Amino acid sequence: MSNKRTNWPVTTLLIVGTLLILLPLYLTITIAFKTPQEMAGNLLALPKSWSLDNFTQAIEMTNFFNALGNSVFVTIFVVIFTVLTNSLVAYAIARNMHKKAYKFLFYYFVSAMFIPFPIIMLPIVKQTAAWGMDNLVGLIILYVVFNLSFNTFIYVGYIRSIPKELEEAAVIDGASTWGVFWRVIFPLLAPMNATVAIITCLGAWNDFMLPLVMLSDRDMATLPLVQYIFQSQFSTNYNLAFASYIMALAPMIIVYIFAQKWIISGVMKGSIK
Amino acid sequence: MMNKKNYVYMIIAIPAFILFFIFHTYPALQGIFYSFTDWKGYGDWSFVGLKNYLNVFKDERALDAYGFTFKFAVISTILVNIFSLLIAMGLNAKIKFHKTLRAIYFLPYILSILIVGFIFNFIFTHFLPGIGESLGIEFLTKNILGDQKLAWLGIVLVAVWQSVAFNTILYLAGLVTIPEDLYEAASIDGAGIWRKFWNITFPLIAPFFTINMVLAMKNFLMVFDQIVALTGGGPGTSTESISLLIYRGGFEGGEFAYQSANAVIYFIVIVVISIIQLKFLEKREAES
Repeated sequence: MSNKRTNWPVTTLLIVGTLLILLPLYLTITIAFKTPQEMAGNLLALPKSWSLDNFTQAIEMTNFFNALGNSVFVTIFVVIFTVLTNSLVAYAIARNMHKKAYKFLFYYFVSAMFIPFPIIMLPIVKQTAAWGMDNLVGLIILYVVFNLSFNTFIYVGYIRSIPKELEEAAVIDGASTWGVFWRVIFPLLAPMNATVAIITCLGAWNDFMLPLVMLSDRDMATLPLVQYIFQSQFSTNYNLAFASYIMALAPMIIVYIFAQKWIISGVMKGSIK
Repeated sequence: MMNKKNYVYMIIAIPAFILFFIFHTYPALQGIFYSFTDWKGYGDWSFVGLKNYLNVFKDERALDAYGFTFKFAVISTILVNIFSLLIAMGLNAKIKFHKTLRAIYFLPYILSILIVGFIFNFIFTHFLPGIGESLGIEFLTKNILGDQKLAWLGIVLVAVWQSVAFNTILYLAGLVTIPEDLYEAASIDGAGIWRKFWNITFPLIAPFFTINMVLAMKNFLMVFDQIVALTGGGPGTSTESISLLIYRGGFEGGEFAYQSANAVIYFIVIVVISIIQLKFLEKREAES
């Protein structure tokens, strides 16, 4: 290990191992371009033509752009509000941890991480329906509130490591607590904000259970939920189904291709905390 | 000045507390409350004491769900940790294409679990049997998801396929903190790969091992999406997890109160398992 020579046996093993990850994706992409007749032949073969028919048909059938719009709407607002509000709450807690009430609040939020979703699932559905929150806005509110649990934990640790002198200097210059947070602390939180934004984005985009139980109106379905709703219609036509899956996965994969470095390090930072 | 500052902190903290209470704590308390009643989710109800709790322990479907969920969670946790540690050590070695390989191994983490499940559903139903037939491999020719005894293995496979990504990254974060000269010193002492692993690598990444075991176990105990996409709990109810049972019974079966009791038991089980795991693993960390 001491020399700088490349370890080829390990490199080779790892390259072979990626087949296990890439093969299902290869199948998904090629099948999405095939016709039902081609499915009888070799499944590993490339499609005869790269026709977009399956995609246009799947777009129409699942009302794809509507679902995409819903997912994008929910994800963007959840990310923005989570980062802005959760960091602010964590700041209030972090700067007052010596007080009983704030210490209690910290443990109150953090301990909720241990509560499995099914225990609140049945009542929350009744409650959101009764309050007219069984829609995308309700979904956004719930995500932002639930995220407090994990984010308080990671933000508070980070904020406490920021020296108070930085704030005091700003206070002497006449800044209010509010001003101190937005102009001094929030920018310093940038690495943590990125981590929270990435984890929140992936969570909101891919979540299936909360939209499934909460949204009663089909027009509000998010991308994963739409795949579930159309599953029965797809069952006879895998080509359409896979075209639909590809389109649902594509936005995140595209983001990942360009930002994988930040996504991996963001997730890593969030979990080491 | 001081008072005004405290006032601002309160204006931030109090709404956060109220919102969290309304949307998280209150529903949880409601669930606990109704678990002592016979409410169907609609209509009248009355208190029934501990009846729901006692019935869960007598309910074979519920016991089977617990049995399946534990079996699935324990085996998946072990497999995920073995594979992700191996991959992480591979990625930490002096390899070519390091960044690309890391990006590919992390890719499953960003994909929707439900859609991945649907894709693997096809692989188990059509692709693998097709390969089995053309190569004459008897074992592959049948769809394991359709077999009462084997369907759970399909779910383990998909869960592991996807979860290895996240745990690999965590282990990698631990491995890069180990200084190279420790290995060099061990090499001079004549230590082989195996000794290096048990005496250097493993003790130094013990905290990461703890986090990985606890997180993986907790996530797998809540398994839901994979099952919806792969088997829907079938064949029969052989792959019905606790989450799926609560969802089905609560929303489709008119068992609001009964499944609330089940959810409370489930919650206690998860907390107890997490605490035991933490205690046990932390003790090992301290020893090593």
